[in-house]
Amino acid sequence: MYKRILLATDGSEHSLRSAEHAIHLATGSEGTIDVVFVIDGDTSKKDVLHHANKFEIDRRRREKISPVEARLEEAGVDYNVSMLHGEPGPEIVKFANDGEYDLAIVGSRGLNQLQTLVLGSVSHKVAKRVECPVMIIK
Amino acid sequence: MLARLKQEWFGNVRGDVLAGIVVALALIPEAIAFSIIAGVDPMVGLYASFCIAVVIAFIGGRPGMISGATGAMALLMVTLVAEEGLEYLLAATILTGILQILFGVFKLATIMKFVPRSVMIGFVNALAILIFMSQIEQFHGAGWMMYALVGLALAIIYIVPRFIKSIPSPLIAIVVITSLAIYMGFDVKTVGDLGSLTRELPIFLIPDIPLTFETLQIIFPYALALSMVGLLESLLTASIVDDMTDSESDKNKESRGQGIANVTTGFFGGMAGCAMIGQSVINVKSGGNGRLSSLVAGIFLMFLIIALGPVVVQIPMAALVGVMIMVSIGTFDWSSVRYIHKVPKSDAAVMLTTVVTVVVTHDLSKGVLAGVVLSAIFFAAKISKVTVTEQMDEVSHKMRYFVNGQIFFASVTDLQTKLTPQDSTLEVVEIDFSQAHLWDDSAVGALDKIEGKFAQNGTTVIFTGLNDDSQALKDRMRALSNASGH
Repeated sequence: MYKRILLATDGSEHSLRSAEHAIHLATGSEGTIDVVFVIDGDTSKKDVLHHANKFEIDRRRREKISPVEARLEEAGVDYNVSMLHGEPGPEIVKFANDGEYDLAIVGSRGLNQLQTLVLGSVSHKVAKRVECPVMIIK
Repeated sequence: MLARLKQEWFGNVRGDVLAGIVVALALIPEAIAFSIIAGVDPMVGLYASFCIAVVIAFIGGRPGMISGATGAMALLMVTLVAEEGLEYLLAATILTGILQILFGVFKLATIMKFVPRSVMIGFVNALAILIFMSQIEQFHGAGWMMYALVGLALAIIYIVPRFIKSIPSPLIAIVVITSLAIYMGFDVKTVGDLGSLTRELPIFLIPDIPLTFETLQIIFPYALALSMVGLLESLLTASIVDDMTDSESDKNKESRGQGIANVTTGFFGGMAGCAMIGQSVINVKSGGNGRLSSLVAGIFLMFLIIALGPVVVQIPMAALVGVMIMVSIGTFDWSSVRYIHKVPKSDAAVMLTTVVTVVVTHDLSKGVLAGVVLSAIFFAAKISKVTVTEQMDEVSHKMRYFVNGQIFFASVTDLQTKLTPQDSTLEVVEIDFSQAHLWDDSAVGALDKIEGKFAQNGTTVIFTGLNDDSQALKDRMRALSNASGH
């Protein structure tokens, strides 16, 4: 049923819970998980300012989602990681609609509380505009 | 080649045109405010933003990046403008461009990697503080109305984006406050009080200065500082845009482009400028990533000034101050404050030194220099640590020393104190360098001295484990000193 699952993550404690659900569904139907992590403009600015080069920036970002990756390794699920650049909502929507997914999983809140308040939540945008079924983890 | 050029120009027409318009709207208040900081007419900053944005669209190395009159550059010009006047500024702008072109031609963009991140963080923080401080001056002798209007501007800037996202909120703040001031007849200082605005396209002029060595002596230090600061901010911005768009750019081409843009600007009556971090982020976020976005931004900016000139002079300073406070808050790297206790102490010291030097001297280039020098000292101190472990071979009555570290001018004293002969009955000592590297003639000299000291006690020294590089250096220096008869 769920052969191709898209898992949006920001490396937060909360997004680990989304990962648990993704793992459960993927193992149930021998599916694969595509992990996506979106880097927005302000994060780009901060990361470029703080880290010496591309290599270092990539390493730090990979480190951020390492708890999720560790969980996926442990569960023995087939997975891929994609780093996207832009606004989280639209980028996830585009990525989800370009690939053929059976399910997209997103958390209801992420790292940035303030942003959720100002811009409205990413999960809301994803639920509205992604064509495949969407699971929002509360 | 042609396909790539087509992609860079017309790969994203809709996004580029819309983003270019948004950027033009956001550029106007900044260009005016930076002119006021530099102490020149608003037209000088507006012409600069127009010329630079248009020229860079064609020859820049980073499509999607926005350049124009900037705060970092404006702050460097203050003294020159106050003491020598506008014509000297224009000449300095042209010289700045020439230096930047040379920088690009000799492919020096890679030396930017030697500017540590702590210095760059100090740079943006100092810039933010200076922009903020220059706004405080506008409150001098102003009544409560000024405070109220600045407060209103900031409220609009930060609250409106929750509801309206398509129009930049600083522009809404400016429109609201200008209309308020005009219709209610507030008696507040306006842009027109600080300089005139001509509704004309810039024209080509050669700066009216004596072409003497003395002129060069006056403008060269400014041009050097401007060119360095301009490139530093431009290449940092280029890297940010690279990351945002997940693509690469040619930093040397960008350096040449910045140079050509500044030469052009100087001849058309604009002040020196560079890439703008904030505007570039706005551009990419608004959907711009091609060369067209910068061209549209420049042309639309000029169009607005010609069409709306009489209104622009009526913008109250309070509205501009509000926008500039927002710019300074956006420029400041807040994460560096949050994590200052977590980063290594030496990094924090370099960052703070950069900031303090800039705030005291009002010169970003001096801050960068101080930061780079301090971090170089820290680096030398860190790398000059040498450890020596001893091992006595009882059977052959031979002492073995193991040296670990980098042997160069800063570490030789340490090495010599750690390798002083203690037991005069030893016939042979072995000094193992397999975990060390000799870097310069001081290192070779130190080896000679150590050998000499042991020899006074009748001890023979054997150096072992030198790697190929170190051995070659040692042989070369020995040959040299033998040849010169020492």
